Amino acid sequence: MTAQEPSLKQYRKKLGKLETLTEKPTHYCQGCEHGELTRLIANAIENLGVRERTVMIDSVGCSVLAFDYFNVDHVQSPHGRAPAIATGLKRVRPDLVVYTVQGDGDTLAIGLLEVMYAAIRGEPISVFLVNNAIYGMTGGQMAPTTLRGQVTTTTPYGRDTQFTGAPIDATRLISTIDGSAYVKRVSLAISELETARGKTYSIKNILEAKQAIENAFKVQMMGGFSFVECLSSCWVNWKLPIMEAKRFVNDQLVKQYPLGTYKDKFGIEKK
Amino acid sequence: MTDRVYMKGNEALAYGALKAKLNAYFAYPITPSTEIPETLAKEFGSEEYPDFKVFLQAASELEAVNMVLGAAAGGVRAMTATSSPGFSLKQEALSYAAGMELPLLVVNVNRGGPGLGNIAPEQGDYFQMTKGGGHGSYRLIVLAPNSVQEMASFPKIAFDLAFKYRNPACIAGDAFTGQLKEDILFPTIEARDYDVSSWAVTGAMGRERHVVNSMNLDPEVHEKHVTHLDQKYKMIQRDEVRYESYRTDDAEIVVAAFGITSRICKSVVNKLRAEGSKIGLFRPITLWPFPYEPIRKLTEYAKRFLVVELNTGQMVEDVRLGAEGRAKVEFFGKVGGLLPTEREIEDNLRKLAEEAITA
Repeated sequence: MTAQEPSLKQYRKKLGKLETLTEKPTHYCQGCEHGELTRLIANAIENLGVRERTVMIDSVGCSVLAFDYFNVDHVQSPHGRAPAIATGLKRVRPDLVVYTVQGDGDTLAIGLLEVMYAAIRGEPISVFLVNNAIYGMTGGQMAPTTLRGQVTTTTPYGRDTQFTGAPIDATRLISTIDGSAYVKRVSLAISELETARGKTYSIKNILEAKQAIENAFKVQMMGGFSFVECLSSCWVNWKLPIMEAKRFVNDQLVKQYPLGTYKDKFGIEKK
Repeated sequence: MTDRVYMKGNEALAYGALKAKLNAYFAYPITPSTEIPETLAKEFGSEEYPDFKVFLQAASELEAVNMVLGAAAGGVRAMTATSSPGFSLKQEALSYAAGMELPLLVVNVNRGGPGLGNIAPEQGDYFQMTKGGGHGSYRLIVLAPNSVQEMASFPKIAFDLAFKYRNPACIAGDAFTGQLKEDILFPTIEARDYDVSSWAVTGAMGRERHVVNSMNLDPEVHEKHVTHLDQKYKMIQRDEVRYESYRTDDAEIVVAAFGITSRICKSVVNKLRAEGSKIGLFRPITLWPFPYEPIRKLTEYAKRFLVVELNTGQMVEDVRLGAEGRAKVEFFGKVGGLLPTEREIEDNLRKLAEEAITA
């Protein structure tokens, strides 16, 4: 662990109450990165001072109850349609900051057209994709991002890509679209570190995600479409212990979905 | 635009919407409704319509209607238009809009179905529009114009009702009312302002946040929500029924029809009246809320009804519900894009008049 990196304990201590969050405890499973993402998005909104002109579009999936957690205006969306709802709203109220939090099934299966066309038109909105390689809310079915051979309830013998097609790389896909401005893939899973004094945890990934999320909002406010794919775990449906699931994200998921900045049209990361 | 115009129903509807201060239109082309977005695209940016701020062509019917949802959540006048196969694709969003209590307008220029059908006029979407084509207990406010004149004046009425009740509204045109060209005196339309401050999503500045949502996981909370919607629908049924009752005062036979079919039936009524028959026309203008009570009242004199539709019998079921068994209700329909001739309607009426009533 480097000197600049606060420990998890120190980090937790630094987290005060945010006006952007309601007091309601989330329904997310213990260890699920949706919790981290909720906090990071709220942080970014607060840092940018835009809470009073921000609207969240609530998608369908594990983030369906997000309207209980973010103290901003909300519009519910049918499954997959969040970027279309965001488009309609942003077009009639261009001063708003509009974002969606969507799962891999929502964004990349039922809603692939909506997210791609929002990118094609370069809508000034932010899409945060939670990729945990599975349908979480419905109980662990194959998602477009399920890995080769991965066991899910609808691929009980492992995903056979000969029949299902290969996992979809959303970040790479969106980055190839001319209209997208900022496209980045991060991991929300903390990683383990061996130190001389024993095992500890690194939140390097979280800090990187934090910056990416803030950049995404900034790019939106500069008039561009931003897309941040957040690799996450789902230990409940993966049927793994929490820390093992997080390890799987950082060891296995990143192999299929390499982290990094895939597009930065406005050079926001250099600013 | 001058007051005296010769235009298609679809064009008239577009101008009617503009005069009603339409703010945002989301398009997807489908015959026979496409003149609506084409007319609006042409007028987009014109100084005559400063409220018309957004025109956007979507990549699918689903995308278009969900954009309408997003814009409506922002508290503005938003609409889209489509035709039957496209209207099927709107159902998901309409169910959401009803649950989220969003005022918006979807125009359905009814064509032949089921499936791809054809692009000729039909009224086969009556059930879908009036009974709720999407999931859950909800209703759309459905207005059925029968002329180019009404295509022009109905968008304003639809927006007024949609915003008054915070409910999606629908204009039920057909390939005839959409494609028909008529010489009309364009109606004077005075748009009203709507107060959306209590719910519109505009950013929670100096106020509590607004959540436009249709979901309540708690059964008791959700029951409350659905009951609230139901009470609203009952209010609409009580206060917003619209219909045209033509020469029905002493009518013993009533021909019931909506949209373009009612125009043909009116000619038949005039002809048979001239011959001394006690016959009248009943035309529902709101297909939902349906005028059940006016029909029940008509049955005090009229013991025979002929329902004429461009389908295989849909509104006839509502007329029967309204008649409550007090009158004989028969049906005559045409499909595939064919229209009933006056002669055919006349023959059916004569046959009905001769039939003995066993009740």
